[in-house]
Amino acid sequence: MNEILEILSENAKATPSEIAALLGRPEADVAREIKELEDSGVIRKYVTLINWEKLDQSFVFAVLELKVALQRKTGYDAVAERIARFSEVESVRLISGDHDLSVTVRGKSMKDIAYFVAERIAPLEGVQSTCTHFILKSYKEHGVILTDKPKPKRLVVTP
Amino acid sequence: MKQNLKNLPAWNADAHLNRVVRAMPPSGIRKFFDLVSEMEGAISLGVGEPDFVTPWHVREACIYSLESGNTHYTSNKGMPELRESICDQVRRELKLDYDPGEEILITTGVSEAVDLAFRATLNPGDEAIVPEPCYVAYTPDVALAGGVPRTAPTSLEDEFRVQPEAIVSAITDKTRAVLLSYPNNPTGAIMTHADLEDLADVVVENDLLVISDEVYAKLSYSGSHASFAQLEGMKERTLILNGLSKSHAMTGWRIGYALGDPALVGAMTKVHQYTMLCAPTMAQVAALEAMEKGDEEMLHMRHEYDLRRRLFVSGLNRIGLDCFEPRGAFYAFPSVQSWGLSSEEFAERLLREQKVAVVPGNVFGPSGEGFLRCSYATSREELIEALDRMETFLSGL
Repeated sequence: MNEILEILSENAKATPSEIAALLGRPEADVAREIKELEDSGVIRKYVTLINWEKLDQSFVFAVLELKVALQRKTGYDAVAERIARFSEVESVRLISGDHDLSVTVRGKSMKDIAYFVAERIAPLEGVQSTCTHFILKSYKEHGVILTDKPKPKRLVVTP
Repeated sequence: MKQNLKNLPAWNADAHLNRVVRAMPPSGIRKFFDLVSEMEGAISLGVGEPDFVTPWHVREACIYSLESGNTHYTSNKGMPELRESICDQVRRELKLDYDPGEEILITTGVSEAVDLAFRATLNPGDEAIVPEPCYVAYTPDVALAGGVPRTAPTSLEDEFRVQPEAIVSAITDKTRAVLLSYPNNPTGAIMTHADLEDLADVVVENDLLVISDEVYAKLSYSGSHASFAQLEGMKERTLILNGLSKSHAMTGWRIGYALGDPALVGAMTKVHQYTMLCAPTMAQVAALEAMEKGDEEMLHMRHEYDLRRRLFVSGLNRIGLDCFEPRGAFYAFPSVQSWGLSSEEFAERLLREQKVAVVPGNVFGPSGEGFLRCSYATSREELIEALDRMETFLSGL
């Protein structure tokens, strides 16, 4: 795996100078490579992982499982891309198994999401059925465990 | 009789101590341990163990084994599956064949293996050569085994690789063994195949046993690790000591092993069976899981140490603490000689003034004077913060 991407995927705030120090490479090289990765669309965005549950004003998330009729020319792409355009939708993925698309939706309330599904997703041409799973608690996101546990302690000085 | 008991001479526990133990000085690390423990907000670069927690699949395998009730002794030598797994790996990686039945012993950490090696091979008055600076246990272990430790100094000039001349200078007619520990704690030095070859003549001419502590072998950052046992004709006279503590972040589990000639390993097994009986069963189960399925996590940890190594060593050189490139373990060993302070003065002032704990090099032997042992087995954020604080400290000198 590209070492720069590996570092950035763990920490979007890592600067070219920090990455250069970690890899033992010239800073200018690293900066140029990052620019290339951005320009070519490999790096899409730098995001912050937020534990919303720690805040009073939180969001509601749901996973929708959709059955979709396969289109002759476009397969699942046309429906998937149509769904992806809604700003409420966080992710759209084609999946194997009983359903075809897995869609993550963010809303202010359960009602909000229920209306969104009923009014926007379910009526779409090609969508045969929807099944909405509200997320009740998140334990791990993007490889990060969200439940607070004290860090195990090491002795402060050992030989 | 009752009367006499009232006028007993005072009990003097000291008079009952073994004289070798009584003469043993306390570890130089203790003082820093106490200082750091009392300090809020200190960053410790003084820890000689991984900051990673043992990978979950290893812990989970141990938990499952406990749930299944595997709480009994294992054979003295250790679980056969674990011995086989280790021998398989050694065959793959070092291209050396050891018989899992006769040529391996599972120990309670490499520490026990070092102790057993000296106890099984030294007679009273026999001498063992230990290159220094080195891990703090070797010379006391020689003394506890009734032997006499002789140290062989190493220097920055040779990037702390032991030179044949240094060993020759320490040899007497009583020398029986030489200890090698590369990749090295505290310096991060390694010895390549060619470096080790330079020692082979001295070893053979003086009929020495080589005790090779290779616990940091997996943490080699430039090419694969070389063992003295790989040199032609040297396998028989080498005891390889290794374990999972550093490679698989398993320090607290206490699992090590010794590989060597059946007579040597057999002698160590005798001592082991009368003192330890067997390494803890649950830890052996965990070690087996780590040996069989732990490579990916191990490589991930090694990669992370390597990133930190570059970050930290370049940082030390940037702020004015000259540091040669450590190619193994997770220690940097910068020099403080140009700053006009001894290792201990430097370390103590750095701790008091900037709250960064390092270990003065002289703790590991006289050749460590003028250097600091800094462990980079700590998070990147802490390393960056520690470098900032060290730079501030230097600007005030």
